[in-house]
Amino acid sequence: MTSTVHIDVHHLTRVEGHGNIVVNVTDGAIEKCEWQVPEAPRFFESMVRGRHYSEVARITSRICGICAVGHTLTAVKATENALGIEISEQSRKLRELLKHAENADSHILHAYILVAPDLAGAPSVFPLVETMPDVVARALRLKRLCHEWGSLIGGRTTHPTTVVPGGLAEVPTDKDLRELKQKLAAAVPDLEATVETVAALAPSIPAFDRPTEYIALSSDQNYALYDGEIQSTLPDGTKQRYPVADYKTVTNEFLVPQSTAKYTRNKLDAYAAGALARFNNNYDMLVPEAKQVAEALGLRPICTNPYMNTVAQVVEVAHSVYDSLRLIDELLDAGVRLEPLAQPTKHGSGAQSVEVPRGILFHEYEYDADGICQSGNCIIPTNQNHNNIQHDFDVLVPQMLGAGKSEDEMELALSMLVRAYDPCISCSTHALDVKFVR
Amino acid sequence: MSKPTVAFFDFASCEGCQIEMTNYGAEPFLELLNHVDIVEFREAMTEKTADPIDIAFIEGSFTREADRARLEEIRRRARIVIAYGQCACTGGINALKNHQDDYKQAVYGADASMPHLDSQKAYGVDHVIKVDYYAYGCPVNKYEVLQIVSHLLHGKEPVIPNHPVCVECKRRETVCRFDEGDHCMGMVARAGCSAPCPAAGIPCEACRGFVDDPNLPALEKVLVERAGFTPQRAAEKGRMFTANALEAS
Repeated sequence: MTSTVHIDVHHLTRVEGHGNIVVNVTDGAIEKCEWQVPEAPRFFESMVRGRHYSEVARITSRICGICAVGHTLTAVKATENALGIEISEQSRKLRELLKHAENADSHILHAYILVAPDLAGAPSVFPLVETMPDVVARALRLKRLCHEWGSLIGGRTTHPTTVVPGGLAEVPTDKDLRELKQKLAAAVPDLEATVETVAALAPSIPAFDRPTEYIALSSDQNYALYDGEIQSTLPDGTKQRYPVADYKTVTNEFLVPQSTAKYTRNKLDAYAAGALARFNNNYDMLVPEAKQVAEALGLRPICTNPYMNTVAQVVEVAHSVYDSLRLIDELLDAGVRLEPLAQPTKHGSGAQSVEVPRGILFHEYEYDADGICQSGNCIIPTNQNHNNIQHDFDVLVPQMLGAGKSEDEMELALSMLVRAYDPCISCSTHALDVKFVR
Repeated sequence: MSKPTVAFFDFASCEGCQIEMTNYGAEPFLELLNHVDIVEFREAMTEKTADPIDIAFIEGSFTREADRARLEEIRRRARIVIAYGQCACTGGINALKNHQDDYKQAVYGADASMPHLDSQKAYGVDHVIKVDYYAYGCPVNKYEVLQIVSHLLHGKEPVIPNHPVCVECKRRETVCRFDEGDHCMGMVARAGCSAPCPAAGIPCEACRGFVDDPNLPALEKVLVERAGFTPQRAAEKGRMFTANALEAS
């Protein structure tokens, strides 16, 4: 039994944005055990007021540099919903292809650059340039591939340009798509090597289970990333679906007495969003190749170990690559051509959701008759995971104390837990906990 | 001879400009590591240093007094400070709220007065410290960043464009957005991006900021006369990534 612990991780590294871990244990009593987020607030929901509908996704894309594609898609979809804009099947398929690129891009970054150093016992990827040069080169190669893949459809990956209300301002040529297909097919050996690397590092993934509620988009058509209904899966396998328009009845944002953080919860004390939540909700809709990766890595639904989120991300990379090969064939069969943008038919408010790398994202906007934005609301995955991370801490810290773990071991385990969620803290657009100890 | 040291720091931003560093591909990035030592980069590294730094890249805006000391400390340690991306250069998108007096209430409601939600107007980091060079853009042009670093390593002055995006559209023979019945800010927007947006049929939003001394009354006039904007929308248009320049004009 460890009796005295003082952990104060200020600005946790290898996560997007700024977060702190504070644990104080004196004479065996836990006085404080908190995941804190001191990110500078940025007020996006205020910025969009008064802006034209053509500008809104440009603005809210800037919420996050890693999931900029997802924010753009969600904002454009919500705007189209509010203004009664119906996009073509070609536009939807191209956006799905772009969504796959973002998920693979972000997951590669997270698994290789942010998480792998922990599992390899290194402080960052840079020492691995010497010790594991093949792995680092492969990571940079895959990252570049995903960047080119997303840029072909979105113009660029950090704040895409081509995705606009009504469709896409520019589309790839058939030749571009054939080349992309070749590049993706040529990346299969790198993908297989990724699975081998993760399998080799997997024994370093901590064993820790805390069953929780898993919330993700879900669809009868596909492994819902671009579109679907909200679905909850409980640890016993109970599933329930909700229309996206009712998102506030699922997120139930609330304040807790000891903190200014807005938390979310649905059926249980907290819920998880992200790759593992999607995997637990939608395993049946994965392409066969992704199911094989899951099997090779020992991941089965319903998995209740939050550290396995990174493994679920690798499964999703495989899904996105193989499903994109199919999507490209469909696009090529139909022939891609530049289409006029679909135009507004009404005005009002609209809410929409997209699965971004870190989980389910909601945007809602209201527009007046001139197409000027009156209000906006964004509920981002990291805010939804915040409460779940705290509940993991509340279970994990006493377990580690009981097992006699040292302060350093505990600090690493908690840092790795937060990193597993791949938090995207700059996305924080609501009030967050910033109580400090000392 | 040891390699020059490089560090990345972040303030109020989306950190997308840091992400651009991972998009070069294996060969260019590993080659870059042959010429510089990256010694601090919180988003990607646990290692930190208290040593002097040759080149400090600062991403993000100055939005609260609490960040002043950290900026000053970076300046003390760094031989060269580069404002990295539009948030750090001019305040970028963060300044889009600067003209509003109710932005806290609009987002946080009754909790708006809580001390940690302290956020004043957003400015570029040169509001607080001296900046030696500016890597403009939302996000940065990652190849321009390589050029800046390359120039500095060779003891040359980096050349940062100060001509409008219109020049780049002419160079690549893009049909003007106004001739397509659309609008654009390219005539006052700082070039250096190769003007991909108008070429893709999208108006320039000046995500690299304005050129020095932009003719903003003329921008408004053209938006009204040629794009059919209401005077109010024309006056607001220039706020997107350039709110501080608009306020200063």
